[in-house]
Amino acid sequence: MSEISQTRDGQQGLAVPPWLKKLVATLLTVAVTLLGLLFVTFMIGRVMPIDPVLAVIGERATQAQYDAAFKELGLDKSLLEQFLIYVRDVLSGDFGKSIRTGQEVTTDIARVFPATLELATLGTVIGIVLGVPLGVMAAVYRGSWIDQLARFVGLIGYSMPIFWLGLVGLLIFYGILDWVEGPGRLGVFYQGLVPERTGLLLVDSAIAGDWTVFKNAFGHIILPASLLGYYSLAYISRMTRSFMLEQLNSEYVTTARVKGLSERKVIWRHAFRNIRIQLITVIALAYANLLEGSVLTEIIFAWPGLGSYITTSLLANDMNSVLGGTVVIGTIFVALNIFSDLLYRVFDPRAK
Amino acid sequence: MTELPNPQPKPGWREWLLTDAPASRGQARAAAWYAGWLALRGNTLAMFGLLVLLFLILCALFAPLLASQDPFVQDLGARLLPPGSEGYIFGTDSLGRDIYSRLLYGARISLYIVALVALVAPLLGLIIGTIAGYAGGWVDVVLMRFTDIFLAFPRLILALAFVAALGAGIENAVLAISLTAWPPYARIARAETLTIRNSDYIHAIRLQGAGPVRIITRHVWPLCISSLVIRVTLDMAGIILTAAGLGFLGLGAQPPSPEWGAMVSEGRKYILDHWWVATIPGLAIFAISLAFNLLGDGLRDVLDPKESKS
Amino acid sequence: MKHRNLLRTTAIVAALMGGVAAPVMAETPPNMLVIANRIDDIKTFDPAESFEFAGADVSRNVYQKLVNFDPMDLDAGYQPDIAESWEVAEDGKSITFTIAEGNTFSSGNPVRAEDVVFSLTRAVKLDKTPSFILTQFGFTPDNVDEMITADGNTVTIKLDKEYAVSFVLNCLTATIGGIVDMETAMANEVDGDMGNEWLRTNTAGSGPYKVMEWKPNESVLMDLNPNFAGEKPAMERVIVQHIQESATQRLQLERGDIDVARNLSPEDVAGLEGVEGVKIVDELRGRLMYFSANQKNEMLSDPKVLEALKLATDYEGMANSFLKGQYTVHQAFLPLTFLGALEDKPFSYDMDAAKAALAESGHPDCGPIKISVREAQERLDIAQSLQNTWGQLGCDIELVVGTGAQTLDRYRAREHDIYLGAWGPDYPDPNTNAGTFAYNPDNSDEAGATGLLAWRNAWDAGPMSDATLAAVQENDTDARREMYLEIQKEHQQVSPFGVMFQQIEQNGMGASVENFVAGGATTAVSYWVITK
Repeated sequence: MSEISQTRDGQQGLAVPPWLKKLVATLLTVAVTLLGLLFVTFMIGRVMPIDPVLAVIGERATQAQYDAAFKELGLDKSLLEQFLIYVRDVLSGDFGKSIRTGQEVTTDIARVFPATLELATLGTVIGIVLGVPLGVMAAVYRGSWIDQLARFVGLIGYSMPIFWLGLVGLLIFYGILDWVEGPGRLGVFYQGLVPERTGLLLVDSAIAGDWTVFKNAFGHIILPASLLGYYSLAYISRMTRSFMLEQLNSEYVTTARVKGLSERKVIWRHAFRNIRIQLITVIALAYANLLEGSVLTEIIFAWPGLGSYITTSLLANDMNSVLGGTVVIGTIFVALNIFSDLLYRVFDPRAK
Repeated sequence: MTELPNPQPKPGWREWLLTDAPASRGQARAAAWYAGWLALRGNTLAMFGLLVLLFLILCALFAPLLASQDPFVQDLGARLLPPGSEGYIFGTDSLGRDIYSRLLYGARISLYIVALVALVAPLLGLIIGTIAGYAGGWVDVVLMRFTDIFLAFPRLILALAFVAALGAGIENAVLAISLTAWPPYARIARAETLTIRNSDYIHAIRLQGAGPVRIITRHVWPLCISSLVIRVTLDMAGIILTAAGLGFLGLGAQPPSPEWGAMVSEGRKYILDHWWVATIPGLAIFAISLAFNLLGDGLRDVLDPKESKS
Repeated sequence: MKHRNLLRTTAIVAALMGGVAAPVMAETPPNMLVIANRIDDIKTFDPAESFEFAGADVSRNVYQKLVNFDPMDLDAGYQPDIAESWEVAEDGKSITFTIAEGNTFSSGNPVRAEDVVFSLTRAVKLDKTPSFILTQFGFTPDNVDEMITADGNTVTIKLDKEYAVSFVLNCLTATIGGIVDMETAMANEVDGDMGNEWLRTNTAGSGPYKVMEWKPNESVLMDLNPNFAGEKPAMERVIVQHIQESATQRLQLERGDIDVARNLSPEDVAGLEGVEGVKIVDELRGRLMYFSANQKNEMLSDPKVLEALKLATDYEGMANSFLKGQYTVHQAFLPLTFLGALEDKPFSYDMDAAKAALAESGHPDCGPIKISVREAQERLDIAQSLQNTWGQLGCDIELVVGTGAQTLDRYRAREHDIYLGAWGPDYPDPNTNAGTFAYNPDNSDEAGATGLLAWRNAWDAGPMSDATLAAVQENDTDARREMYLEIQKEHQQVSPFGVMFQQIEQNGMGASVENFVAGGATTAVSYWVITK
């Protein structure tokens, strides 16, 4: 890595290891980004023409009760003061209370986040398992029917309004065919049967060895996860194809072919090997997109996840919840970005 | 994209356009566009997309002529009629309004939203990106950090937040989508500016005494525009889907306006027994965004041969 | 799609799949009741604070009250519950209740007079939103310790003046009248909150059930209170699951995944007709749908314009189409089954009469009107119908759609033109609605009486305010009924309120479910009498 070698030969007096400098710089960037994120969200909440006090006390409250609640929420202070207090509390781990559920925001998020995580993870897995081979095939047999199919599948995926596809999917697979379970994460009877360890129902039930619960949870998750998976499939297969084409057109592949290596070896051992890092970056991005982009899917499938949590909180101007949720998603997004950046730096020969 | 009007419509314009030695900058540019058009014309899917789009634009333009009913008039006695009923090709919705006529008028809203966002978002990105790129230094750092913050936001949630803050409605939805869509444009514009900034051509202009505002608006912007236009075309489908998503959540166009996303949302209640109320507008959204995607895909092939025919 | 087709398709598909994916018809256990409902409004279970529909459903099954409604005979009015009897002082200004022996909280503590005093004074002192139900009798956080007192096994409640006894007792049946276990509440006190924080998510009552688990926006799980003094209910566990969509509730009911579906749309009710093993039970509820005109708007304060709008509303058309079966046309502010409810319907859709009325007004061309409406399908449908028919009068109608808090905010600030809203009674006495629709002693902005609908619409109720006050003090029930009938008759004609509909709740349930009573117009659901 160029920067590292530079500083290694460099002339600095202080004995600060370069990786530490780099780390500090990165952390600073992350901190500034997150702070900015908080600030924007906070300000949106404050200018929003929805009165958070009313959400707390309801329609019948008297003016005196209103004023008391107004003060209790700290709304009598200046905006900047409110923001600083909020940041101070967040730094000490206190995200405040949700006015909608009356519970700590951290408790709420700990409850809803695993649901989103499980959904997005399964969706991404489906996207990878189907998308990568499809993309590779499309590149290898460029112009053939499989290439056309990949392109077609991708285009449809990009064009489908997900809320509508979800509705139609529910109608067909749940309403008519009855192949899958309905909305929600788990049937009513299966709730509370397995101890909560990770909050991921599939994992928890597998650990507990309770396969009926597992089956039910799987029946619930498979349709929304497939929908999300389809979207990441569209993206992953297109990127895989384009990366593979680049490799297959390069000289060393031609050389390998000339040397008489089998086509399979050329494709998987050489070309595919070389796109792994790029692919991981793409997958990280697709994963982040699913985590944040599952809002509509969660609403359609009554999935009690972070996306629907933030949305409903937002509409009730329950800003503590919105801010907490945004921090979580923002952090993940930034972290995944840094992660793929890092991968690039470490493995990509061109970056060296 | 359509054929540019030819300034000299005399016989032999094809030769003029296809010449290897253009006589003027205008001719060179026209020739480049024409070559692109020829390539695009060879792409069946892209042409299909273009045709669908043209069809939708015509539908929107002539909606009053094509509509069989007033899209707003209710008939509580004729509600939830299935497609193919007498006088209602696509059936009626829960208030007895003609779905076919509402679709036609809804096309106007969708195209209106796309057009506005396609104007506002790139402009915003262009301003921020070129300023950052041209000024450099701390201005660049601050603006790009700002861009990153917006990129780190969950987009739909940010759009939702803006609409919630601004109040529901088409114009506010457009504004909200634009406010979430500009960061990538800012990055493109900045990258372009960085390459242009140090060119001899800009140096020369600067020596002639042109100020930064003049340089940015007169000389940097025109050079950024083509890459932005391409990117916007590729993003159109996404804009349509986001707008429909907002409509679906009740934050886009307000009732009784026949916005397609809102129509799906209204029909979702009836999906089990009256599937058409939600399904038909959903198909319309799908059709328009597929058309944009097909066109965009074709454009990508034309502009970036590496990915396709090599 | 007809249900028979649906079944056939299912059968064919199942056969094709060789039984692999054959649907397993679930069936809920016989001692467990599973309900699908919208429960995202629950914020707290504390009876001193809880003021939401879904919260009232929980509260009624967890907390006993001094007096209460018998679910099997709601029309009989309040009956003894924790109080076995009561006596009214001669001056009518105090009531003494004798507490029954043998009631026990879920903690095992007996229910004593001290618990009753604690619960009622606590509600006044905490001063949360519903506290007005008690404070209207002259209680304040400062004086309540003298007004509500215990002596042995009796509790005496002193009032600031004489009220109709039925009015006082009706108020005590509201959620806020729930009796809380003092020992348990105080053991969980934080910073002098009298257990408010703890009771938000936990319950400490002597009713048939106790809350075992609450996941906000997801589910509430209730088990039997092992110490409940009454007859042991058949349903030992009740699970209420939050299911937003009517279609989902319907499918779950068809499959036997749930016992009761509480938010079925008219279309889904129709779709369930004739489905084996499922029945629909209709029940008249207390919720009203109304529109109201802000009297700060010059045009809307013209009585003839108001009359035109009321005549240009297609009551029957709406009730027979998108509201079919779920709302009945009702035009007075007291819901049917309430004492003194007026059944007259003076307005029906008559475009010619409406146009004639408008022509006589000071605004024959009508003008721009904004209808403020909440983002909820049913209300949007009504709003669009109003927009359609009022538009035919020549009015330029714009819908201003917002979230509940947004529209309410504008309403309370008196910034709307027309507000389209719903109103549910707070306690089962006619004064609950009379005191808000027909009572506004000070119409000035400074009064800030945001709790009164009349004030929100800047409508000076004039002598009606006094009539309303007089009616709560009338102890002769027949005379009281007459007074309310009179008030409503005049209200229909002169007020800026256009009451349109009263709700009918259509609950879908398994055919074997008996005694499901949602609570009528007066109270909430009672799980303890249900069998299946």
